[in-house]
This record gives sequence, structure tokens and C-alpha cells, in this order.
Amino acid sequence: MPRRRVGGPRSGAAVEAGQETVPVRVKINGVEYSHNVEPRLLLVHYIRDVVGLTGTHVGCDTSHCGACTVLIKGLWGDGWLAVKSCTLLATQADGKEILTIEGLAKNGELHPLQRAFWENHGLQCGFCTPGMIMAALGFLLRNPSPSREEIKWGISGNLCRCTGYVNIIKSIEAAAKEMREKGTAI
Amino acid sequence: MYPRKFSYVAPNSVGEVLRLLRRYGDEAKLLAGGQSLIPMMKLRIVGPSVVIDLKNLKGRLAYIKDGGRAVRIGALTTHAEVELSETLRREVPLLPEVAKWVGDMQIRNMGTLGGSLAHSDPAADWPVAMLALDASVTVQGQRRRVVPVSRFHRGPFTTALKPTELLTEITVPKPPKGHGWSWKKFERKAGDFATVNVAAIVVPDGQGRVKSASIAVGSVSSVPYRAARAERMLRGKRPDAELLNGVAEAAAEPAQPTSDLRGSAEYKKWLTRVMVRRALEEALSRAGLSVEVAQHA
Repeated sequence: MPRRRVGGPRSGAAVEAGQETVPVRVKINGVEYSHNVEPRLLLVHYIRDVVGLTGTHVGCDTSHCGACTVLIKGLWGDGWLAVKSCTLLATQADGKEILTIEGLAKNGELHPLQRAFWENHGLQCGFCTPGMIMAALGFLLRNPSPSREEIKWGISGNLCRCTGYVNIIKSIEAAAKEMREKGTAI
Repeated sequence: MYPRKFSYVAPNSVGEVLRLLRRYGDEAKLLAGGQSLIPMMKLRIVGPSVVIDLKNLKGRLAYIKDGGRAVRIGALTTHAEVELSETLRREVPLLPEVAKWVGDMQIRNMGTLGGSLAHSDPAADWPVAMLALDASVTVQGQRRRVVPVSRFHRGPFTTALKPTELLTEITVPKPPKGHGWSWKKFERKAGDFATVNVAAIVVPDGQGRVKSASIAVGSVSSVPYRAARAERMLRGKRPDAELLNGVAEAAAEPAQPTSDLRGSAEYKKWLTRVMVRRALEEALSRAGLSVEVAQHA
């Protein structure tokens, strides 16, 4: 890998074009937030530490485990896309809408995915669950009637260390069915 | 893990990006989808002083256009957009299949084709596929130039790009109608980088013979390579099991794999033969060329 000069930013002229803080204006679960943050602030830390929504988890912190998965609208196309919020700068989400696990239940009623995970024992410790559910939602929005194989492929970016994949897949199948029948989306 | 501090700029035009590159050169890193760059910054493998975010160029540099004899793909097109493209499924079906195997769904939603090519990881998927397809990249600097992918990747994480240049477009010539294709990626675990990845294109001559073949092999040398001798062995032939064994052996011959977590060098060399053979069997079958299988094969 190319070795880059390490160390802090050069001062003065070298960084005059760049910004030391950046504005982040986002709508998370329907609520608007606006902050000035360091450009290096990761989206997951923005959501957890700045906004205070701690349902989105930090697992591996290296883009492998998917515990930090959230949905973003308007990155490309017009739909919601699942992304790993530990591997985005907060500023990359500036101007966008974000959906986290806290935004799924409506009027005290769980989202079909949440209920299906509950009813099908789709979790043991629950650490991976927020990311697993948000990834499943992003996947089901793209493919509402998936085969079991397609579900496995869809959640291959999310790790569960309680070895609960069988019940997770069962949960997603059950939720997909209910979402199709009721026409539920987000 | 946090990246080192950097100053950030998100220009609104290609011209502005180039001006910033000329000013900061090696001090700056271009941020496309960030799915390789951000992990490397978090691990402090790279620590740019300036990050030039290309997010405002998405409207200009993310597209898939049917240009007649070739498909033109904007550099900021995501892996997922390639995966879902009807144009590509129809014209260059190899590419959506390759896309499906890049990282995982979330990474494919963010990561870009141009970013991956410019990053030039020796185990990446796109360089292999683009090499098999004789694709070229458009590079914008003081002037615009077109570089064939075969001369773009110079070594691990090294390309023909100058620090003052931006990769803007990938041009993929359409393979002839009726061609067969295959993508064989062997990965240790879901979403991993390849242990070996092979792209194959076979064009039939309409009389049960191979008119031409293209075989690209990745992850087992410092840059992907075309198996030129193996390709020549197939030309004009009615493929049978014996020929395929010889072709696979010839295709693996230039491989110089290194031993690492994904396997020993010897294992990878053998795996290369197996994956080339599987790729050819699939590509030949899709081209309507049946392979005569020997009784004891």
C-alpha cells in the first residue's frame, strides 16, 4: 500500500481551501438535526454520540459485521439504501434522510420485522439485531419476495455471533410475508 | 477508530477537483464511496491532509449509457447500480454478476466502480472483469486521455493515474451477441476478497468451434493478467475435456501467488487451474458450445 506522509493536517496555506468543520443537516427518523462537526466524524458516532440514538451499534468498526447498518434515502436513485454507518463520514449523509432502528415502530406498534424477530427467536444477545433488521429492511425494499438463498445473500454483510442465522432467516421470511400482505414498507 | 484529522472539501465541478489536485497532489485523497478509503483511514494506513469528496459530482459522473458498440459507465456509479442495471444485464451480463460478488449489499450501495479501479487492490474484482472485456478508462487531467485497463493497473495500489488526474469514465466494448461468459470468484467467507477470481468470455464461430476467447485472472499476481497463451489454445477449436485441462494449466502458468491467510502459494496455483476450468466450462456452455466430457474425467 502506498505510504502517505502521516501526521496532522498542514497548517496555513496547505489547507486554506479545506474546511476544519463541516455542517451536517440530516433528518433522522423524521426529526431534523443540524450540527457543525469535524469532517473526520463517522456517521455512526454522529448518530450515537451527537444525536444520542444508541440503537445503532458499533461492532467490528471495520465494515465487516453490519451492526451499524442504517438506511439512507437519496444517495442515488430515490429509494432507501442500507449502508454501514461506521464506514461513512457524517458529512457524506449531509442533506439526506436517515432511518435507524428507533424509527421503525409506529405509534407504539412494532414494525413487522421487529415483531417477526421476537416471535421467531431471531436473536439471543441482540447485539447484531438493529443492524440485522435494518439490513433486512433495505434488502426487502429491493426484493419483497425473496427466496431463502436470496435472504442469505442479502444479509451476508451482517454477522451474528450467537450463531442464530437459522432463526434470523425465518424471521425475515415471516416479516416479508406480512409486509407483502399488509403493504408495509418503512 | 477515528481517521487522522484532515481538512475537507467537496467541490462542485470536475474543473475544481483538478485545481485542488494540482494544488495538493499527494497530500490529498479523493473520496468516492469511501468503502476502501475510509477503513484504511480508520486503520491509519493512509492519513491524507486533505480529503476531496466527490459526492457533489454524483449527478455528473454516475451513469450507465448504451453507446452503440460500447457501454459507458460513469466513474461514480456504485456496484449496486451495476448489479441492477438492465442495460448491462442485456449487453454485458458479466458485469452485473461481478457486481453481485463485491463486498456485501451495504458496501455495494456506497462503493463505486471508478473508486475500486483507482484503488487497484490486487485482489479486487473489477480490474479482472474489465481486463477480460478489453475495457478502457477515461482520465481527466490537464488534458483528457484514454487508457486501456491492460495498461492502467501498474502494481498493488498503483495505477497509471497521476496525482493530478481524475478517473471519470469506464468504456466497455460490448461482447458480440451470443457470447458466453463466466465469473468465478473463490472466497474464503462471504464478502471476502477473492482467493482467486477469473473472468472468461467465449465467442462461438457458429459451427461448434471457438472463434475467440478471453481469460483474465486476478488475486494471484501483483496485477491481474490475461492468459494469452491459453486464449490462443482455444481459438478455432472444438473444446473437449483434454483441451480444457491444458488450457487451464496454461492459464495458471503466469500466476505468482503468495502464501497468506487465504492459502499457500501452491494451493492458490492449483486453485487457479480449477477456477479457470470452471469458468471456461460455464462460458462455453453459455456460448452454446458443449464440452465433450471424457468417460473418466
